[in-house]
Amino acid sequence: MADRHPEPDSPELRARWGQFDWTGDNAAKAKEIVARYPAGRQRSAVMPLLDLAQRQVGAEENTQGWLPIPVIEFVARYLDMPVIRVLEVATFYTMYNIAPIGRFHVQVCGTTPCMLRGSDDILAACKAKGLKKGHTTPDGLFSLTEVECMGNCASAPMVQINDDNYEDLTADSITHILDELAAGRQPKTGTQWPGRHTVEPVGAPTSLIAMVSENHDYRGEW
Amino acid sequence: MALLDRDRIFTNVYGYQPWNLPAAQARGDWDNTKALLERGRDAIIQEMKDSGLRGRGGAGFPTGMKWSFMPKESKDGRPSFLVINADESEPGSCKDREIIRHDPHKLIEGALVAGFAMGARAAYIYIRGEYIREAETLFAAVAEAYEAGLIGRNASGSGYDFDVFVHRGAGAYICGEETAMIESLEGKKGQPRLKPPFPAGAGLYGCPTTVNNVESIAVAPTILRRGATWFSSFGRDNNKGTKLFQISGHVERPCVVEEEMSIPFRELIERHCGGIRGGWDNLLAVIPGGSSVPLVPAADILDAPMDFDGLRAVGSGLGTAAVIVMDKSTDIVRAIARLSYFYKHESCGQCTPCREGTGWMWRVMERLRTGDAAVEEIDMLQQVTKQVEGHTICALGDAAAWPIQGLIKHFRPEIERRIHEKGALREAAE
Amino acid sequence: MPKVKVYGIELDVPAGATVLQACELAGKEIPRFCYHERLSIAGNCRMCLVEVKPGPPKPQASCALPAAEGQEIRTDSEMVKKAREGVMEFLLINHPLDCPICDQGGECDLQDQSVAYGRGGSRYHEEKRAVTQKTMGPLIKTVMTRCIHCTRCVRFSEEVAGVDEIGALYRGEGMQIATYLEQAAKHELSANVIDLCPVGALTSRPYAFEARPWELKKTLSIDVSDAVGANIRLDSRGREVLRILPRVNDDVNEEWLADRARFLVDGLTRRRLDKPWLRVDGKLQAATWAQALAGVGKVNPGSSIAVIAGDLVDAETMFAAKALAGALGSSLLEGRQTGLAYDTSNLAAMAFNSTLAGIEDADAILIYGSHVRDEAPLLNPRLRKAVKKGAKVYLIGPWWEPTYAATHLGDDAGAINTLPDDVAAVFANAARPAIVIGGGALAKGGLGAGLAFAERFNLVREGWNGFNVLHFAAARMAGLMLGYAQKGGIADIVAAQPKLVISLGADEVDWSQFAGSLIVHIGHHGDKAAHAADVILPGAAFSEKDGTYVNTEGRVQYAEKAVFAPGEAREDWSILRALADAFGVSVGFDSFDELRAAMIAAVPALGVEGLAHYGALPAAPEGAHAGGVIGYAVKDRYLTNAIGRASPTLQRCSAELIHGEIHAEAAE
Repeated sequence: MADRHPEPDSPELRARWGQFDWTGDNAAKAKEIVARYPAGRQRSAVMPLLDLAQRQVGAEENTQGWLPIPVIEFVARYLDMPVIRVLEVATFYTMYNIAPIGRFHVQVCGTTPCMLRGSDDILAACKAKGLKKGHTTPDGLFSLTEVECMGNCASAPMVQINDDNYEDLTADSITHILDELAAGRQPKTGTQWPGRHTVEPVGAPTSLIAMVSENHDYRGEW
Repeated sequence: MALLDRDRIFTNVYGYQPWNLPAAQARGDWDNTKALLERGRDAIIQEMKDSGLRGRGGAGFPTGMKWSFMPKESKDGRPSFLVINADESEPGSCKDREIIRHDPHKLIEGALVAGFAMGARAAYIYIRGEYIREAETLFAAVAEAYEAGLIGRNASGSGYDFDVFVHRGAGAYICGEETAMIESLEGKKGQPRLKPPFPAGAGLYGCPTTVNNVESIAVAPTILRRGATWFSSFGRDNNKGTKLFQISGHVERPCVVEEEMSIPFRELIERHCGGIRGGWDNLLAVIPGGSSVPLVPAADILDAPMDFDGLRAVGSGLGTAAVIVMDKSTDIVRAIARLSYFYKHESCGQCTPCREGTGWMWRVMERLRTGDAAVEEIDMLQQVTKQVEGHTICALGDAAAWPIQGLIKHFRPEIERRIHEKGALREAAE
Repeated sequence: MPKVKVYGIELDVPAGATVLQACELAGKEIPRFCYHERLSIAGNCRMCLVEVKPGPPKPQASCALPAAEGQEIRTDSEMVKKAREGVMEFLLINHPLDCPICDQGGECDLQDQSVAYGRGGSRYHEEKRAVTQKTMGPLIKTVMTRCIHCTRCVRFSEEVAGVDEIGALYRGEGMQIATYLEQAAKHELSANVIDLCPVGALTSRPYAFEARPWELKKTLSIDVSDAVGANIRLDSRGREVLRILPRVNDDVNEEWLADRARFLVDGLTRRRLDKPWLRVDGKLQAATWAQALAGVGKVNPGSSIAVIAGDLVDAETMFAAKALAGALGSSLLEGRQTGLAYDTSNLAAMAFNSTLAGIEDADAILIYGSHVRDEAPLLNPRLRKAVKKGAKVYLIGPWWEPTYAATHLGDDAGAINTLPDDVAAVFANAARPAIVIGGGALAKGGLGAGLAFAERFNLVREGWNGFNVLHFAAARMAGLMLGYAQKGGIADIVAAQPKLVISLGADEVDWSQFAGSLIVHIGHHGDKAAHAADVILPGAAFSEKDGTYVNTEGRVQYAEKAVFAPGEAREDWSILRALADAFGVSVGFDSFDELRAAMIAAVPALGVEGLAHYGALPAAPEGAHAGGVIGYAVKDRYLTNAIGRASPTLQRCSAELIHGEIHAEAAE
């Protein structure tokens, strides 16, 4: 992340993104977002709006989305905020892509809990598929980033690709997932451990067994 | 002595059943919440105090007492806010995620109850940005609750107006620190504030604010329904209640499970995780409370009660009860060095010791990992951790220092071995 | 008043004081980098850690901790010593040890505090961080690898300047200070971050590699680039002033200085008039002093002589010229070069009566025909502070961006007579209402309207005087005190068709009006007046003479001579004294001290440093009429006077920051 830099401002960038404005849906969404905060505190909306803008850019160019400088300026204008403060936010939080990104942003968790469960293998499998940390594949399909703990530690190792998590991965399962995505199919999300539902002890439930088959109400046993 | 299913609060923690409002209500959520509120603010806070609940976000501050710090009424027209910390980013922690995606209504009902008890006009749930699908569920659950009149104007028919908003983060561990979270909610970089003033005096938008962890809030309605005596019947004194444990790493079956506080480590692992990978003799060390607490060697942890005091007694802490288990195949220096990288990556950069120290510590750790160091550098690193610890604005500096201190304390021979081995190799090469 | 103990010394500290302030009161020095009295508290450098009981068993940041009853503070315990050593070491691990080539060397907080509080060696053997170079425009040189992230510059830009030009991007050890997209800092006070920067990250670009601080002679002076009278220090070596820095004066400039005042310094050595010139057959030719004085002397003006004072001159020069004209029987004196002709009979109606510091307490302010940021850059932060405390600000005159919330009431000077009801209600209900009348309003009959406004809203009341005129010329108030004003302004002088006009650096006059007069220019720069002059007598710039200045408040301040005037140029008073000889009249002084004594005898207020007292405001004139679209005098905020116009740095600022020209970067 030390190498994060905004895509340089250029006439081409201005030409492509200078006229950025919300789509109809997003205009309504932006309004709703600003309304979550007290009057006069619209600045609070800068994070969700940057996210919304990034998603809109992504939708326009069929990538995960990123924030060109003119789009950052648009958000600043929309919220009547000094643009330097918006850029501070955009560069502080790692989920804002400040440079172009691929169709799928493959974010491999490499922090200790995932490391203990084999994230090295996951990264190696990605590498074997031609993905390189900090880069986008030449076909524009995959960008690879090693990220910090994503909070899926009990189903490690995991990868987040765009909006979905893939958990309990092995080299084989991540390879399969990448292949499926490349082929334009949506692989199963969540845990890849056969027989596992979410974060229960797989194959040997130790609690709440009644819940597996019915929406059990335990109040009668209080 | 094992926690029975009927005494588990998060009955849908595995998500076998739908999270939605009808299903949640069928499990007992939102059951006459009005009556809970009718007990009055003082009674609710007293019940929480009596329950012995200590904050589930890591610091373990008594929840009821925290609520009681909020002003009884606004003297200057400023509203009060409840901020719910769902920025679960501590390596090893993955419990709030399960509450949010599988039992969100417990959290939302808890928000109303807690917000009412502290006189807040609204709650902001700050959920980490990476919990994308989880946030979708939470937004939908909040919408359901509004739709059903459970929150909003005249929430649950109580006559109390209370809003719940969801705010997504965007990738910054530091926002789990309560004042950084408030800054972030205000649309700024997540840089912790100086204290005083404390949030209860001047927090979000300069208004009185309480920041609570998801789990602390989500258990509140059940505590009120079943009573402080019930909750405090679990766990040792000063360590009461049930708790979501998250076991990751080298166990046979990693999982998240609600258990009784103070359950001994061995029992926790045996009962729910199928034991240590390769058997108990293969256990090397455990980080019992998330990355910020020092590791505990196998011998010390086996019979330790998994609670605040029990883990402090072995030189560590309960933290968020995120139990990272490491067997003897673990490169223990690398495991900790990777955490050092994490803290370097997540330092906000505001104050000197953390900004400069985390990078320094990580670089030395990397050399210790490969043995490219001098033995004296172990002591130097220890001193550097001491120069960071206790000198920063927030606790991230401490959190970065402690894992290294734990490593040096318990695994110094291993570090020295690598240095000597590398030195011998170098000599042989010459 | 909490009572605290600092290392055993018990003392009372003011309520609201911090532990750091308590320690200072006890005479204990607390090292710091991020803390600055005039900025918000950041608490990020951690250098000011002290031990406080009661409290947690770790050191506390004293800058951010309120002093509380019964605290025991220790500044020299082992814990504190260790903490300082630790922080110092951290600050230095990624700091380049390039002091020999760093302009901050010798006046660097990091150097000084590392000597005083550091551990004397580093244990850091990893790679040092390098930060890519940033540009910040023509004034601020950056070496961001030296930055210690104290964020003083960020806070200054946001809080004092009010423009959010500078930010801290990224995070952790990758955090970088920068302007947006590395654009030039454009604010008129931007260069103050150079003084604020405790290290060599932000230094003066024009001054780069010019000198070391210990080589410099320091002279106390007063800025002449506007009527605020900022207190400055001239740092000179030999015959050259190398830099200008602000001095602390809470009543005037706090500790800030406008960019155009700081950087006019290189104009002091360019385009100088360094020998006399005489117009012969329509062309200026170099002359000796004897020739030039004889040339003037042989014109016998009798009483047909006038003096026009420029914006930069000191009171002594004006008094000497007045004495000369008086000796010849003339009182044709004027200083309002561009034709302003407001009534000057009551000086209370001419002054900034609220005082610069006092205006911060105003709760309703009408800015009437003044572009404050151009005409008095140092006043604007005061107005910002007033707004932060809740003041409402209204603006009559063409809109300019004030950096704080303000309501525009129109461009026409007549708008003051037709205030909307809600605005009138604000002023009627204000506890400390104020008006700031600028030259733009004075030119449109605004003085009478302003006085009427003062009466209507009771601007003068117990403990408060909200009537303010904001002048632009440094010489203005002293000029008015010395009678440099004709009823009809400069038009009266033109109408008198004087045989001889003396210009005291009067570079803003339309000299074509004086085609029939012999123009004798006493000035220091080859600017507009020199082109029109028949005789040029080279004088001294403000840095080259002692002098008295009176700022827009009526504050009398003294400036000292830093260097000698170049070439054959002389101090102005001695030129006027020589002219008296040439005309064969007596002016009553033979030395500067005698001149000053005579001046003080004539106008005693000029002999007392501090605010002059002008008495009560006059009644508003009957039938005063204000009207017409207001125009502002300053067209280019960097090139407002002859020195500035000669300054390559300010020319560059004008070209780049105002006219948007892209300056070819020298190969750096």
